[in-house]
Amino acid sequence: MSTTTPAVVLSGITKRFPGVVANSDVHLSVQVGEVHALCGENGAGKSTLMKILYGMQQPDEGTIEVAGEQVRFRTPADAIKAGIGMVHQHFMLADNLTVQENVVLGAESRHGIGGKARKRILELAEATGLTVDPGVLVERLGVADRQRVEILKVLYRGAKVIILDEPTAVLVPQEVDELFATLRGMKEQGFTFLFISHKLDEVRAIADSVTIIRRGTTVGTADPKAVSSRQLAEMMVGSELPSPETRESTVTDRVVLKVESLGLVAAEGTRPVLDNIDLVVRAGEVVGIAGVEGNGQTELVETIMGMRKAHHGRVLLGDRDLTKLGTLARREAGIGYIPEDRHRQGLLLTQPLWANRILGYQTRRPVSKGQWLDLAGAKQDTKRIVEDFDVRTPGIDVAAVALSGGNQQKLVVGRELSGDPVLLIASHPTRGVDVGAQALIWDEIRNARARGLAVLLISADLDELIGLSDTIRVMLRGRLVADADPATVTPEDLGSAMTGATSAEQASESEGE
Amino acid sequence: MGILRGKLLPPVLAILFSALLCGIALVVSGANPLQAFGVMFAQVGEGTTAVDIINSTGTYYIAALAVAIGFQMNLFNIGVEGQYRVAAVVAAVVGGSIALPPGIHALVIILTAAVAGALWAAIPAILKVTRGVNEVISTIMMNGLALGLAAYLIGADVFGELRGNNIRTPEIPESGWVPGISFGSSGTVFGLVFLAALLGIGYWVMMNRTRFGFELRASGESSTAAAAGGVNAKKMVLIAMLLSGAIAGLVSMPEILGRDHTYNLNFPAGIGFSGIAIALLGRNHPGGIAFGALLWAFLDKSGLALDNVGVSREIVTIMQGAIVLSVVVAYEVVRRFELAAQQRQVGRQLGTVDAA
Amino acid sequence: MSTSLMNPSEAPATVPPPRKARRIPGWAIGALGVAGAVVLLSTTSYLTDVPQLTSTGTIQTAVRLALPILLAALGGLWAERAGVVNIGLEGMMIMGTWGAAWAGYQWGPWAALVAAAVFGALGGLLHAIATVTFGVNHIVSGVAINLLGAGLTKYLSTLIFFPLSNNPRESPAVPKFDTYSASGLSDWLGELEAQQRVGLSDVAGILRGLVTGVSPLTMLAILLVIGSYLVLWRTRFGLRLRSCGENPVAAESLGVNVYWYKYVAVIGSGALAGIGGAALVLNPGQPGYLEGQTNGRGFIGLAAMIFGNWRPGGLLGGAALFGYADGLQLRSGGKTFLALVYGAVLLLVVIVIWQLIRRRWFAAAFGILAAGLLYAVYYSVDEVPSELTTYAPHLVTLIVLAVASQRLRMPAADGVVYRRG
Repeated sequence: MSTTTPAVVLSGITKRFPGVVANSDVHLSVQVGEVHALCGENGAGKSTLMKILYGMQQPDEGTIEVAGEQVRFRTPADAIKAGIGMVHQHFMLADNLTVQENVVLGAESRHGIGGKARKRILELAEATGLTVDPGVLVERLGVADRQRVEILKVLYRGAKVIILDEPTAVLVPQEVDELFATLRGMKEQGFTFLFISHKLDEVRAIADSVTIIRRGTTVGTADPKAVSSRQLAEMMVGSELPSPETRESTVTDRVVLKVESLGLVAAEGTRPVLDNIDLVVRAGEVVGIAGVEGNGQTELVETIMGMRKAHHGRVLLGDRDLTKLGTLARREAGIGYIPEDRHRQGLLLTQPLWANRILGYQTRRPVSKGQWLDLAGAKQDTKRIVEDFDVRTPGIDVAAVALSGGNQQKLVVGRELSGDPVLLIASHPTRGVDVGAQALIWDEIRNARARGLAVLLISADLDELIGLSDTIRVMLRGRLVADADPATVTPEDLGSAMTGATSAEQASESEGE
Repeated sequence: MGILRGKLLPPVLAILFSALLCGIALVVSGANPLQAFGVMFAQVGEGTTAVDIINSTGTYYIAALAVAIGFQMNLFNIGVEGQYRVAAVVAAVVGGSIALPPGIHALVIILTAAVAGALWAAIPAILKVTRGVNEVISTIMMNGLALGLAAYLIGADVFGELRGNNIRTPEIPESGWVPGISFGSSGTVFGLVFLAALLGIGYWVMMNRTRFGFELRASGESSTAAAAGGVNAKKMVLIAMLLSGAIAGLVSMPEILGRDHTYNLNFPAGIGFSGIAIALLGRNHPGGIAFGALLWAFLDKSGLALDNVGVSREIVTIMQGAIVLSVVVAYEVVRRFELAAQQRQVGRQLGTVDAA
Repeated sequence: MSTSLMNPSEAPATVPPPRKARRIPGWAIGALGVAGAVVLLSTTSYLTDVPQLTSTGTIQTAVRLALPILLAALGGLWAERAGVVNIGLEGMMIMGTWGAAWAGYQWGPWAALVAAAVFGALGGLLHAIATVTFGVNHIVSGVAINLLGAGLTKYLSTLIFFPLSNNPRESPAVPKFDTYSASGLSDWLGELEAQQRVGLSDVAGILRGLVTGVSPLTMLAILLVIGSYLVLWRTRFGLRLRSCGENPVAAESLGVNVYWYKYVAVIGSGALAGIGGAALVLNPGQPGYLEGQTNGRGFIGLAAMIFGNWRPGGLLGGAALFGYADGLQLRSGGKTFLALVYGAVLLLVVIVIWQLIRRRWFAAAFGILAAGLLYAVYYSVDEVPSELTTYAPHLVTLIVLAVASQRLRMPAADGVVYRRG
């Protein structure tokens, strides 16, 4: 394979953003007809590198060669012309357009936008096994189907080199297997893949070679068959891996959160988004919710927080019935809430850090007195959080948006643990943060649990779930379908339960309940 | 760096740019721009101009405050125009048909205006909260309806009376008047201009020192973060809109209680839209709005003087339009520039190589 | 900050919705709507004994008054399909009226059209520069353009028109288009209408109104509606333009130059609004440019577009409705207008029956209440005061929004400021 000209060669790529060097001196060589994995931590610079290769951003230094020729991509259109396609992690689809319209958009000159285009899409689907109805609106499709549309889009443009940016993040294990089978088949047909991931088992399962990127620069290329996951991981992190293991049990029998037959219906006459959820979290217990995204976890959290109105059922905190209360009253009752998307839900991005300290606590000391804000109190307490939670910032007057993701999240965690909560709801608490922040947040959750806090943890990171939880509940199509014991369950078992591959009874049995 | 560059530079640039633009327009249309600008400034000292400017500043100030309350939470109350009109008619009708001791009479009229404005604003607020109707469209429609309602209410067979060529509501008795401060031949400053100043102070305190103000700003910055932080979006929309409508209701009070004592066909139009422009110019800040209102009033009055030297007074309207458009552009550019600068600064101070 | 025109009260669930039943095609809904409207009008006309409801004259006036609204609505459609909210339509329309008068009194009506389009497009260009290049909030920029448009035309009309017409608020008379009638058909329909036969005469009156005294402007407007549909939904250009309104990030990632399409759409939007202004100036009932002539029709156009659910056929219906209401009160005053109230009661009764069949008790009860209220109005007053009839479109828009806003589907990224990269 390596005797032919490489499909893509990146050499000496450097990219700077205001205050940040995203890539420095990156080297990468991808052979024709291989699956080349690019591995690195969140924030290591993988996505920036791929955006450069796809023409979405221009490198400050360095060169790109495609099939032996040096190229310069000013826009994605240039990259597409050179036969490079990209499947983004967050799908780039217009919901209100049909599959066909989404596929042909931007490539109308190939086969128009009518019948001929439709024929070509069906041909491509036939050849690769990516079957999907061209006439249907994208908003009607599930996640795996949307991904198929994304790959079809790329193929339709005649791409031979396909960048897959964390393609498995949104898929369940069984869908991942299907995707990998498709990729292997396409590889035989001569397609080249650049596979971005930080899931090492998957990399070992699919990749022919792997390049590691750390802190913005490539640290080496390896044969994934020849090295262990552990070795790869240490290359990625550059030091000992943090581990989310929880030690001895602190679970008490005092019930803190009790959810009784909670139901939520999105629209009249449709399938319920939450279907008779029963859930108990005790003091000192971490209950983890496993599930593929979009199965109702977001809605469960937002219903418990009162941001959505339950259709039926009750939410109790201790002996207190919260069902009829608003979000603020629920927070005041002692719920701390780390939302799943800190940019959208956790922070006021352009406001200073101290103003962010007030958010969610605007009725409580030390940041307010009755209807009046206590600015001095807010500032002082923000200083405390910055110190205790190691928030790296030049001061508390900078806007939240200026901080890195990890430091923003530490601020949010610090805030949500400062109101003496009895229950902490943590939604994807370490998503998109650096290793250091991840370790700190895990420690804080563990400490809180040791102090007797009840924690409801929602995460897509199965290792995090298994490592931190005392009990795991599996959520599928709006229902809690299985329980698992984190001491014995494997990520694969969880994955099966999350997709409904095994029935609830079997999952419970195999986990010895 | 911050204050000077971020807050003052954009409006100064916008005004200079607009003046330049209008200067060019004047040259093209055959007038002498230097003379025109000279006249604009010279007129302030003449006759009642200075006092007129102050009076009109007060009116504009109230209108802009009403708009700014909505803007703080990204609520576009385009309906100030209709709210102040309905409030004016209702207050004039009520004021003209009751008899109360001095002081109390005026107070009742003012409260009536505030309540009428709030009620008129309540319709789009309720539509938005219960039916998800966007307030931009609904308030624009309410403006049309307000014109119709006002015209109907002052009809001779409804509440109005005919006086010569003019139709007007019955005159408010003297007990309902608010006396002004007389400067002799230079005119009389409306007493209720001080109401505008009080409203400005109240607005500042509310925005910066109270829980409600914080929740309002949080809703404007990010509705999703506000919701997660326990801010009830619907309640905020409702309160902000009612408050905005109530203040809008006061817009015409200085004039009606200070000079006209009635609502008639010559009632000024367009103050609501000017209020939007002024709120944008002053960036929703009470001080900035005061400056914007003063500028607006000054430009308005200079139109008359320009007419006297043979320059069409409408050049002033162009200038106002150009100022708004260029000031919003300037704010946006500076905002982005500052954000990038701050990120750079934080990055430098911490030396991170973190792309996230 | 997002300024989308619809505000769903709750975030949509992340679970994909189930498949809906097959939809009825748009042209069928349109045909049904037209048939329904005709039946409703002739029934009302018969029951209230107000033949003016469907008379040729009323329809002709309605068409003339619907044109500016229709063109403004089309302008709104172009901008919003590309994701730019355009409440500056009013200002662009005003600029169009001035341009039309200025070119029209010198070189005739066709020149007026071209000049109006150019002037409107200039307003559009300004809106595009502010919203697309500088990322200014769309509403804010729109408000500013309305102020600027009004000021600029006032200034220009004082400067240019005053010496000619001795009135700074008015232009010299502008020559109008010749009108065309399908004469044989028109006469025959006229006879039918005169026979006062139930239903038949109504249809004849409506048809006659549509084929008699047709201005080239009317035909142009209809062509523009059809053309807009074909361009936006049947060409690659249209697909790209719409993709900018649905998901600009995705479009950009596929090599679509989002800024360029937004510019084209907003400039086109301004040109259409400008032609809408020309339609006012070239209306046979008016001498030419008049200050304040647009009187909020740009806003009504926007309302017609929302009424039409961001679709060309729908906005045609909206513009027809508003133009009709306008034309009716202008031609025959508040007494005839009252018949429309009666028509609304009839319509509500039909809706209530439908809701009862579907077992929507709450909606039905609400409908009965509204119908009762309207009937009480109809019963108790002799005529609707003219001050209020002028603003009927505003009221209808509010009601439609209140009833149907959740079912309307605006472009997903409408009003969202898009930054490249």
